[in-house]
Amino acid sequence: MELDIKLIDDNGKRLDGRSAEELRKIKIEAGVLHRADGSCYLEWGGNKVLAAVYGPREAIPRHTQNPLRAIVNARYNMAAFSVEDRKRPGPDRRSREISKVISEALEKIILTEQFPRSAIDVNIEVLDAEAGTRCAGLTAAGVALADAGIPMNDIPVACAAGKIAGQIVIDLGKEEDNFGDADLPVAISPRTDEILLLQMDGHLTVEEFNKALDLAIKGCHVASEIQKKAILDKYQSVKEAE
Amino acid sequence: MPNEERKIVLPSQILGDIRSNKAGRGTFIENGKIISEKLGILNANSSYINVLSFKGRYGPTVDDFIIGIVEEALSAGWLVDINAPSPAFLHVNEVPWDIEFGDTEKYLNRGDCIMAKVSQIDESKKFQITLKDRNLYKIKGGHIIEVEPSRVPRIIGKKGSMIALIKKYIRCRIFVGQNGRIWVDGDTESIERVLQTIYKIESEAITYGLTNRIEELLKKDAKDVR
Repeated sequence: MELDIKLIDDNGKRLDGRSAEELRKIKIEAGVLHRADGSCYLEWGGNKVLAAVYGPREAIPRHTQNPLRAIVNARYNMAAFSVEDRKRPGPDRRSREISKVISEALEKIILTEQFPRSAIDVNIEVLDAEAGTRCAGLTAAGVALADAGIPMNDIPVACAAGKIAGQIVIDLGKEEDNFGDADLPVAISPRTDEILLLQMDGHLTVEEFNKALDLAIKGCHVASEIQKKAILDKYQSVKEAE
Repeated sequence: MPNEERKIVLPSQILGDIRSNKAGRGTFIENGKIISEKLGILNANSSYINVLSFKGRYGPTVDDFIIGIVEEALSAGWLVDINAPSPAFLHVNEVPWDIEFGDTEKYLNRGDCIMAKVSQIDESKKFQITLKDRNLYKIKGGHIIEVEPSRVPRIIGKKGSMIALIKKYIRCRIFVGQNGRIWVDGDTESIERVLQTIYKIESEAITYGLTNRIEELLKKDAKDVR
């Protein structure tokens, strides 16, 4: 496809004025929902994501129970109004895949062996989408899990890197994702730098891949600090509310 | 202890070293370091480092007194929701009644509430509860509310001081289950006042001097002090 958009201008700035190693603006608020055990609202650039955690509770149907550990059911869902054309509601191929990879990433950091035969449900609702919703969703889920008081190894965090106009950049925006060459979402456990999720769309050479991975992990650490601050802010205010 | 800063810790925060401290509740050990596994308040006044959580499900301990809601009557007992990650089992031998096989529904059925005691927890975290102890019975009448299980120690108070305080100023009967369910009985007005007091305690559970403030509050509109 012939492009007439210039993804990186002559000054090295991107379409939204960011440099190659700059993240979009992230805003996180913990504990926004009343009925959920833990919840989080996250804005990551133009993405708006709501995550809610329920449990650990009895896994139903009973045949899904694991006698040794809890199961983690993450459900990623895009609202019909989250994209420009109306998204047909309900699970589709893409959202089922994302639900599965997020469930598996979260299973690795939750101490599931403490809750045999139970289920931990994580609902991720994308209200507004602008590329990188799976990273935003996983980051929100991490905060919601901590808010629910679920024992974990670490607070998971995700960030993407990619290649646009022949250059490796962090955190692709909408046009960059659509017209770029590659996208590499990565989720890590920030304490140990273990990778929880790694997907790739497009083509990268080995050197480009390594560079993108390093950049994405760097972005994860930035997002992780924002996550921790959001949780502390919420509970500091509870402490001071006398 | 008063005026000492209560420190909030996050999951994955490093709290100490196993050479100088012991890892207590809410922590795990990795590479010789004690690490918090959940969001909560740091409690390190003994040789153990504990993290007391703000929120989370009730984790049963043997001999806890709890309030359960019957989920299902089976032929050999009942499945009871005790606000834990999985339901608890109440065996027919663990109730004070003489029940013929298959007659469980006549005694307890879905929706009935009971005061019970956790009698056994096996290694796969299967909970067993019993009604065979003093003051354990099926609840008839009154009002049950749910609070965060982590707040229960504050609602009970040191050696039951907070509950004694409420009972002193308000004529009512209260039973606080360790699982965060509280049963209150009395006339409508008393129940309303008890509930408001408990919600206040719950929302201010991590502040200091709470008992005194609650006493003042109760004194203000006390009618018949016992």
